Amino acid sequence: MADIVLDKVSKRYPDGALAVSDVDIEIADGEFIILVGPSGCGKSTTLNMIAGLEDITAGELRIGGARMNERAPKDRDIAMVFQSYALYPHMTVRENMAFPLRLAKVDNATVERKVNEAAKILDLTQHLDRKPANLSGGQRQRVAMGRAIVRNPKAFLMDEPLSNLDAKLRVQMRTSVSRLQKQLGTTTVYVTHDQTEAMTLGDRVVVMRGGVVQQIGAPQYLYDHPANLFVAGFIGSPAMNFVPATVEEGRLRCALGDLTLPDATRRRLEAADAPREVIMGVRPEHFEDAALLDEAARSRGALFSGQVDVLESMGSDKYAYFTLAAERASTAELEELAADAGTADVPSAGSQLITRISAASAAREGEKLQVWFDVANAQVFDPASGRNLTFSGD
Amino acid sequence: MAIIGGTETTGRKVRWALLDVVVVVYALVPVLWIVSLSFKTTDTLTDGNFIPRKWTLDNYRTIFTTTEFVRALGNSIGIALISTAIAVVLGTMAAYAIARLDFPGKRALIGVSLLIAMFPQVSLVSPLFETERTLGLFNTWPGLILPYITFALPLSIYTLSAFFREIPWELEKAAKMDGATPGQAFRRVIAPLAAPGVFTTAILVFIFCWNDFVFAISLTSTSASRTVPAALSFFTGSSQFEDPAGSISAAAVVITVPIIVFVLFFQRRIVAGLTSGAVKG
Repeated sequence: MADIVLDKVSKRYPDGALAVSDVDIEIADGEFIILVGPSGCGKSTTLNMIAGLEDITAGELRIGGARMNERAPKDRDIAMVFQSYALYPHMTVRENMAFPLRLAKVDNATVERKVNEAAKILDLTQHLDRKPANLSGGQRQRVAMGRAIVRNPKAFLMDEPLSNLDAKLRVQMRTSVSRLQKQLGTTTVYVTHDQTEAMTLGDRVVVMRGGVVQQIGAPQYLYDHPANLFVAGFIGSPAMNFVPATVEEGRLRCALGDLTLPDATRRRLEAADAPREVIMGVRPEHFEDAALLDEAARSRGALFSGQVDVLESMGSDKYAYFTLAAERASTAELEELAADAGTADVPSAGSQLITRISAASAAREGEKLQVWFDVANAQVFDPASGRNLTFSGD
Repeated sequence: MAIIGGTETTGRKVRWALLDVVVVVYALVPVLWIVSLSFKTTDTLTDGNFIPRKWTLDNYRTIFTTTEFVRALGNSIGIALISTAIAVVLGTMAAYAIARLDFPGKRALIGVSLLIAMFPQVSLVSPLFETERTLGLFNTWPGLILPYITFALPLSIYTLSAFFREIPWELEKAAKMDGATPGQAFRRVIAPLAAPGVFTTAILVFIFCWNDFVFAISLTSTSASRTVPAALSFFTGSSQFEDPAGSISAAAVVITVPIIVFVLFFQRRIVAGLTSGAVKG
C-alpha cells in the first residue's frame, strides 16, 4: 500500500495532441479516488500513465515516494482491472487469478492459499475450475477483480470496470467494489464516465475535461460547490438547469423571473467582479411544488409558474418539465456536456427546465404549476470563463 | 439451434443428403480413381473398371524399391518441413508486428508482400535458375527452400495477422500489469491464443511446399534435391514399353498420405473460438 502523487503530469502524443495537461493529484494511502469526465477527457490516459502502459511526457509520478516514470508496469507493483476484464481465455479461473503470483515465482502452497482466499472474498470458489467463456458477465468481472487482489499490490487501478454490466448488476457490483476497497484498504484509482459511480464510490472525485483537471474534492463538496460550469453540469442527475441571466442592481433577471439575490450571493458576485450577462444554474432537486409549502417557506424563495410539458413520476418523487421562453444557455462547456450526454441534437433540450418535486404534488401534464425554489441555492457562472462566480468553497 | 428457413422435414433431409453426396462424389472420384489404378496390374490398367479385377501391391513394392522415389520422398519431407518452420516463425513475428505496431512503411510492407503473393511463379523460373546456378544453389535443398519461403511468407503473414488482430490487445496489457515481461506476455498469453492460427498457417504453407511442381522441376536436376512431384514426372515403367501409370498412381497415393496425416494431426489443435470469454463484446 502506498500513496500516489502526480506532479504536473502531462501526456503529449507524437502527433502533437495534448491528452493530459499538468495534472496535479495527491492520492493518500488507502484512498479511493475517482477520475471522471466525458469520453476523451484524458482520464483513461492518466490511469494508463499511472499503470505504466503509456509514457509520461512531462512531470513526475511517485508511488510510495519513489519516482515511477521510467519503470515498467511489472516493476510498479500495481494491479489493474480492465473495462473488458481481459481474462486469459485459455486459462481456468484459478489459473487466471494465480497468473500474477506465478510470474512473481511464488511457491505453490502460497499461490493455492491466496487464490482460495480471494475466491472466497469474491464468492468464486465453485467456479475456480471453469474457463472464462463459461462465466456470466458479473462472474467475469469478479475474476478480473480477483486477479487484481491476489497479490496485495500497492494500488488498484480500475478502468470503467462496471460499464459492461447491465444496469441492475452494476448497482449491485458498485456496492461490492466499495465494500471490497474498504475491507482491503488499498489505494484505488477508479476511472468512470458515470457521475453516479463517481458520487457513490469515491472518497474524492477528480473531474477532468480536455486533459485538464477541473476540480478535485469529496463528492458532496463538488455537488454543493462546483468550481465551474462544467463540474456543475457534470455532477448531479438530472443535470443542473442553466438559464441565461442579467445582473442588475442586486437582482438577477432571467426566464424564471426577477430574482432578489440574498446578501451573501450579492457580495460574492461583487467580489468576483461579475459581468452583466451571466448564466444561472439551479439543480432540479432545489425546486418544490409551491402548493405544498406554507406561506412562510414560500416567502423565503422565488416562485415560477409555467405549463408542465411532461410529468414523470418516479414513485419517490416527480419530475416536472417546463419550456422556458428564453434562449438556451450556450457555452463551450455546456455544448461539450450535451454532446457527451447525447442530447446536443435533441431539439429544444437546452431551453427546458427540469424540476424534481415531491411525489405528493398534484401536478398534471399540460396544466399550470407553480414551483418554488430558494435563490440562495442558485449558482451564477461567468459565460466566458465558465467560472462559478458564487463559489463559496476554498 | 434454429434451422434457418424452415423446420426439419424428411424432404429437406433427403435434399440435403443428395446435395452432400453430389459434392463428395465430385471431389473424391478422381482421388478414388488414382487409388484404384494404383492397385491394378499393368495389363488391366486400361480396362476402365473402377474396382480392379486383379488386385496387386506390386506398384507400391516397385516405387519403394526405386531409390529415385525414396530419395525424392525424403527430399520432399525435409524441404517442406524446413520451409514451413521458417516461414511460420518469420511470419508469426512479422504478422505480430503488423497487427500490433504502427511503424513507418507498414502499408508498403503489406502491399509488397501482397504483390509477391500475386506474382506468377513461372515468370520467376528463368531468373531464379540463372541466379541459383551462379550462387551454387542450383539442385540443393536451400535452392528450393529459399523460393518456397519467399512465396509462403506473404501467405503466412496474411493468415497470421488476421489471427493476431482477433486477439484483444488488452490481454497483453493485462499480462504486463500482472508482472509479465514482454517475452513472458507473448509466450504465456499471446502465443497460446494464436496457436490455432499458427497451425492453420503451417498446414497451408506445408501443402503449398509439398505440392509445388514448377520450382521443383526447374531448380533440380538429380535425386539429390528432386522432390516427389518432380520425381513423379521422371517415372518410367520397368521397360520403356511398359505403361508407368500404375507406379505413378501408387506414388501419388503415397505422397497424399503425409498431407492427410499433417492435416489430421493439426486439426485437433485448431479449436475455433478459443478467445471467446476473454473480453465482453
